[in-house]
Amino acid sequence: MDFTLSNKHLMAQSLFRDFAETEVKPLAQEIDELEIFPEETVKKMAKAGFLGIPVPKEYGGQGCDPLTYVMCVEELSKVCGTTGVVVSAHTSLCIDPILNYGTEEQKQKYIPQLACGEWLGAFGLTEPGAGTDAQGQQTKAVLDGDSWVINGSKCFITNGKYADVYIVIAVTGIVEKRGRKQKEISAFIVEKGTPGFSFGTKEKKMGIRGSATYELIFTDCRIPKANILGRQGNGFSIAMHTLDGGRIGIAAQALGIAGGALERTVAYTKERVQFGRSIAQFQNTQFQLADMAAEVEAAKLLVYKAAMAKTTQKVYSVEAAVAKLYAAQVAMNVTTKAVQLHGGYGYIREYEIERMMRDAKITEIYEGTSEVQRMVIAGNLLK
Amino acid sequence: MKIVVCIKQVPDTHGGVKFNPDGTLDRGAMLAIINPDDKAGLEAALRLKDEYGAEVTVLTMGLPKADDVLREAMAMGADKSILVTDRVLGGADTWATSTTLAGAIRNLEYDLIITGRQAIDGDTAQVGPQISEHLNIPVISYAQDIKMDGDSVIVQRQFDDCYHVLRAKMPCLITALSELNVPRYMTPGGIFDAYDTEVTVWGRADLKDVDDANLGLKGSPTKIAKASDKVRNAKGDIQKLDTAGAVTYLMEKLTEKHII
Repeated sequence: MDFTLSNKHLMAQSLFRDFAETEVKPLAQEIDELEIFPEETVKKMAKAGFLGIPVPKEYGGQGCDPLTYVMCVEELSKVCGTTGVVVSAHTSLCIDPILNYGTEEQKQKYIPQLACGEWLGAFGLTEPGAGTDAQGQQTKAVLDGDSWVINGSKCFITNGKYADVYIVIAVTGIVEKRGRKQKEISAFIVEKGTPGFSFGTKEKKMGIRGSATYELIFTDCRIPKANILGRQGNGFSIAMHTLDGGRIGIAAQALGIAGGALERTVAYTKERVQFGRSIAQFQNTQFQLADMAAEVEAAKLLVYKAAMAKTTQKVYSVEAAVAKLYAAQVAMNVTTKAVQLHGGYGYIREYEIERMMRDAKITEIYEGTSEVQRMVIAGNLLK
Repeated sequence: MKIVVCIKQVPDTHGGVKFNPDGTLDRGAMLAIINPDDKAGLEAALRLKDEYGAEVTVLTMGLPKADDVLREAMAMGADKSILVTDRVLGGADTWATSTTLAGAIRNLEYDLIITGRQAIDGDTAQVGPQISEHLNIPVISYAQDIKMDGDSVIVQRQFDDCYHVLRAKMPCLITALSELNVPRYMTPGGIFDAYDTEVTVWGRADLKDVDDANLGLKGSPTKIAKASDKVRNAKGDIQKLDTAGAVTYLMEKLTEKHII
């Protein structure tokens, strides 16, 4: 077992770090404070190839592996959690399912545009009454001649309104399974601008405030019959498989937030003087920093392991769940300790650490709460 | 069109400069980067490639680990890379370096050679013009803008308070300023490709029409007596004066030192 990164991964990491420090960090506070979606940064990331990292070259992507993509989300999130999740939702939740389940025609139509960043992607599963209970979907799609007609709404959709392509999960009928009636769920590709597809409220959030979180509204929204993704009735498994990948992206975001908070705290404790010496010289500070570093390192190994599992395994649900559960927990622990070590300044908006603690919280909630991750892990243990 | 870009691996001074006990630079202790002027030269070549179509080859002389900067150049978009490395080439000054690079370039087809104006570790600005002399081609130094016009280049050459517009027929050599452009980022896919592509490695035997007497430390007329970091010991001149007094004092000092 070798834990060393290859030269190409090290160089990619230095590229992401350089980009994050130069292009993303200077805007991070402002986009949070003013709740601005970082459109200019998205354009720059598109130019640098960051929006199609794990996409094969034949579809206009960068042809890199999931580990490289994970390192990109991690480095971006070290300086800005918002920018990290823009890339994660676009890549893991929109590009991935089209690559995995799309017809060749769908791949040719959507992937090159998404991979080069000309188009941005999003994913709509959650509804007001269907969060963790994803089976509780109310949005319906009905086949009418050559079209699917979608009615209903989705909430908390990352990259909402700014995205051009949406993977939308909807109920397409009722089927009987083992004598019980169940909803038949399918997945669809819906383009922005389709008549009947509009955006509702923009959510005001605790953290990742630059990220655009919108309600999607479908009123007799008619899409071509060919825009069904995968087989009819396969939508639930497409959504779950897609979330397995998405969780690795969010785990990387959590890892980045934790790592970024640790870096800033190390620097701050060396500068901050109390009782005539830097607070880094106090053993309490040193022990806190040591615990934070150990947690970040452990999270990194789990996240990278999950990325490698996605490269080599067909099923990686457990690896993804473990990585997300732990990395999100670490993000909360480390940012909370970081704020404490910053003292009063850590609570002030002027200091980045305050934002990082707010940003960390969502990683325990979206793309499957920590409780859902525990269900996945325990389910595998007890099967 | 074929463009050769000469780049140098230099220490990244962001982390501070580190010295060996004998006063020479401790290159092993410092991260290496592409010299900023050279990176601007590479970007200029890549923009010409984007606009007119070109094959861009990057060339460097250095230790085997200079391979890293060549991979970085390829990850930005260069097509080929050549590393000239050989023990007998070590310790080269600008003369021996330009002789070596010219010896390597003689093996290549080229329309344009681009180098950086100068390297941040040596600051001589000599290697580019010397290469052009060795190859007997025109040189335009201090380029702040480069355009193509048929088989010629039109270059803005930076001067003290103006710039000159010069036209040269290719093949020719241009030395670029870091102000010329903002170099692009590498792409993740470019990095993967760069590590899947061979770096051509040449040694002394591959250099064309060069004399051993002009290579390496032996072939370097420059002798370094001593190298040291700038140390500021003086506390400076501290005067506590009112505004009018401070202005008068400053004016006197500036006049005294012939600054104004």
